[in-house]
Amino acid sequence: MIETGAVAALLAMLAIVGVAIARIRNLFGVVVLSGAYSFIMATALAALDAADVAMTEAAVGAGISTVLLLGALHLVGSLEAKPARRPAWPLAVVIFTGLLVAYGTHGLPAFSDPQSPIHRHVAPRYLEDGPRETGVPNVVTAVLASYRGYDTLGETTVVFAAGIGVIALLRRRRRKDGEGGP
Amino acid sequence: MIYAPAIVALLVTLALALVRAFLGPTLFDRALAVNAIGTVAMLLLAVLEFLTGRPEYTDLALVYGLLNVVGTIAVLKFFRLGDLGHASPVDDEEMR
Repeated sequence: MIETGAVAALLAMLAIVGVAIARIRNLFGVVVLSGAYSFIMATALAALDAADVAMTEAAVGAGISTVLLLGALHLVGSLEAKPARRPAWPLAVVIFTGLLVAYGTHGLPAFSDPQSPIHRHVAPRYLEDGPRETGVPNVVTAVLASYRGYDTLGETTVVFAAGIGVIALLRRRRRKDGEGGP
Repeated sequence: MIYAPAIVALLVTLALALVRAFLGPTLFDRALAVNAIGTVAMLLLAVLEFLTGRPEYTDLALVYGLLNVVGTIAVLKFFRLGDLGHASPVDDEEMR
């Protein structure tokens, strides 16, 4: 019960941080708050038993994103220009989409319901036949590397391409600095 | 049960740190606030894990701690040098 309350409090804080990120004009404050957002989000995810997602959220959101956004801040300056007009129409679209998503959650099975389709579709076969079909003793590794091997290959390619892009951008800038210096 | 009051206290601390990150007049207030938020998130995770009887997930809290250090060092290096990529010429000058 206290766990549910803690998750609810964390989600409420997430909403407050989201509004604050949208309101603040100081971009450094935005970067700092987005790091805080990731930490709170990761804690909420871990409290909801999604340890792997929580680990990813903490590593990507609070670790790498903060560093990359600070690097970007160095290039663009840390004060956001005032918007030319009040964005009422996009706000309406966002609120409508949010309500739609909230309505959609009523169609989902209850949280961690063992009878839900996702636990009855292919999971039993992975658990029962995974070691025999793939020869991999760890079920998670078998699913990731064998049953969803092409999916994982695609993900790795995307991450690799993104890393190459970041390195190319950062290196080009540093070399220019070196030429301008003594 | 000792864990419930601990969780409530940590949530209150988290809210206070968030207020500081939001209001923070100087950038150092914000950096310190986000560091505190990372620490509180770590503690909260540890307490939640013991509350739900899965202390083996405490590794996750350790990862949070490490990431918190990385983020804070990045922020402070950005303050000092205005850039993250340089091999810190400021330090070189101070060495001499």
